[in-house]
Amino acid sequence: MPVVETEKLILNMGPQHPATHGVLRVILDLRGETILNAEPMIGYLHRGIEKIAESRTYTQFLPYTDRLDYVAAPAWNLAYCEAIEKLMGIEVPERAKYIRTIIAEIARISSHLIAIGTHALDIGAMTVFIYCFRERELTLDLFEHATGSRMLTNFCRIGGVMADLSDQFLKIAREFVEIFPTRMKDYEDLLTQNRIWLKRTKNIAVISAEEGLNLSLNGPNIRGSGVKWDVRKAEPYAAYDKMEFDIPIGQNGDIYDRYLVRLEEMRQSNRIVKQALNQLPDGEIKAKVPRVIRPPKGEVYFRVEAPKGEAGFYIESDGSDKPYRLKIRTPSFANLESIPTMVDGHLVADVVAAIGSIDIVLGEIDR
Amino acid sequence: MNEENIEKGGEEKEEPQEEKINLDDNPIVKKIKERFTEDILDTYCFANRLDEITIKAKKEKIKDICRFVKEEPELDFTYLADITGVDYPDREERFDLVYHLYSVNKNQRLRLRLSTKDGEAVESVTSIWKGADWYEREAFDMLGIKFDGHPNLKRILMPDDWEGHPYRKDYPLEDQKTPKERLKAKPLGE
Amino acid sequence: MGIIQSRFESNIITTTVDKLVDWSRRSSLWPLTFGLACCAIEMMCAGASRFDFDRFGVIFRATPRQSDVMIVAGTVTHKMADVMKKLYDQMPEPKWVVAMGACAISGGPFNSYSVLQGADAVIPVDIYIPGCPPRPEALMHGIILLQEKIDKEKFVRK
Repeated sequence: MPVVETEKLILNMGPQHPATHGVLRVILDLRGETILNAEPMIGYLHRGIEKIAESRTYTQFLPYTDRLDYVAAPAWNLAYCEAIEKLMGIEVPERAKYIRTIIAEIARISSHLIAIGTHALDIGAMTVFIYCFRERELTLDLFEHATGSRMLTNFCRIGGVMADLSDQFLKIAREFVEIFPTRMKDYEDLLTQNRIWLKRTKNIAVISAEEGLNLSLNGPNIRGSGVKWDVRKAEPYAAYDKMEFDIPIGQNGDIYDRYLVRLEEMRQSNRIVKQALNQLPDGEIKAKVPRVIRPPKGEVYFRVEAPKGEAGFYIESDGSDKPYRLKIRTPSFANLESIPTMVDGHLVADVVAAIGSIDIVLGEIDR
Repeated sequence: MNEENIEKGGEEKEEPQEEKINLDDNPIVKKIKERFTEDILDTYCFANRLDEITIKAKKEKIKDICRFVKEEPELDFTYLADITGVDYPDREERFDLVYHLYSVNKNQRLRLRLSTKDGEAVESVTSIWKGADWYEREAFDMLGIKFDGHPNLKRILMPDDWEGHPYRKDYPLEDQKTPKERLKAKPLGE
Repeated sequence: MGIIQSRFESNIITTTVDKLVDWSRRSSLWPLTFGLACCAIEMMCAGASRFDFDRFGVIFRATPRQSDVMIVAGTVTHKMADVMKKLYDQMPEPKWVVAMGACAISGGPFNSYSVLQGADAVIPVDIYIPGCPPRPEALMHGIILLQEKIDKEKFVRK
């Protein structure tokens, strides 16, 4: 019997692709349909934001922080403002902390809705995409009431927030937290026990906790592998130390567990928003801050739990009104490094499912 | 309110210095200093905050220090959060590398700094934390710092044939490459 | 089709043929999914539940060989500009380009070493939609303007 010889095939999942969440290029080495090596190549959206920061004042740089992770912009505004407040030692009033928490948690719900919706769309479940965007429009309405803009909110100011929450916003927000759990039942009915979904996501792209920590995996991805680590509980900021919420963790570290973790996190975020709305104190919304922000000489690293993982700002100040070095530590940069380990030995279709499950946004990888 | 605020921000006032806490009593610093006494150049923390402990070390020993802080059970810094490069063009040792480490079990942060000259290579820590791979590639791409022992040191954010290292202070910020004569859209139907 | 293109004088028959051709072209514009950055999310919202794009006949296609219009949504960097030109060349005639958002029009807030200051430095653009990001209603208004532009085209007439 003649022996069939096979050669290695190199396939390019180009920068323009419907399933790569942005301009990501993955070069796959295949033998048949089995993957030998997957190499992600980034840099197609590199805009030089860190170098732009060195020639803008601290207040002028605030709108650029939205454009990093454009899906959950309020969380990044919060991270930047808190980093500068740590550098300067400014104390934020209580009401502003609660308002920041409410808007950041609504941003988390909004981001996880896109994550689940686009992930399901890539695997083929188009109905879930439409349902998730229906709920996302409700959260965008809330943002528009609070900040004036749907997506890129530019909401936090150094020392507080931009504006107070109106009565209209409080009314709509209270309605939202009541109806959102009932809407979540739709996604669960469609996906969680679905045979096709289980076959495509269970035991695919498994990563263990130890390997994940070594690769700097973070956010819901490492929680799906069983590590109970959330920056909101470990190093609380804003009003999180007064909120009661659980941290969901997975067991196997496969795609299904990461999906369940995100679903449960949306429920917990809903719970936090409800508590914060009930406990909202009266008071000022902005502390007294000098007109020109001139931090003392020094360096800080401040991190928050962005929806995608640990978002950090490393600011080195030389005493002037512009930063000397501003490094943005983005969660997706580290998460994407684990793709070659995850898809080794799997089929081509699993690459699409794996990239969707780690929830990357190219704006923050390339900065 | 306005006058007070403008006054505070306008002039560079000498803030009364707080008492700097003695970091030698801190358990993390003590353990590292015990093992590497002559390689630690400086330890400090910003505004006396214990989550901003910084240790400045000699460049040659960085790999040993990293391996020690990762494997020592009382320190247990298993998570590498970030590697940053900073450019100080006026100094002789032009670049600073800043490593941010975190221990998930003990909930403690640490920062390591080292300085290197332009053209000299630094030992890579990819054998200790695999996640350091792309961070070191970015430092090479953007600042030109070379790493010994890195498996795949090539450009990551800029195109492969780009010249120059953009984050250096002498690199221009503005765009130089857009063609000045733009294609004009021909109106349809004419 | 080239043999009857731009050959005839204007009379009742050729204007009716042109009207038919223009109507069929503008009622089923199939865009190429070229979402690069933040504007891509607003484009997705425009295609989703609340602001439905399908009622205009717009279906997003992933391959350039089967699409009519390229909506450049987001910042174009120098690394991506070569790819964009290649994709534009792969689209068959007739084709149009819509530049959505401040970054695609003129670089937006990013005047830095790696950003192309406007997509029309590389490919010809028909419709410019300002905003950062433009609302989905603005994108729909841009597509309607493109449809009105196509209505004025001459196909068999000189």
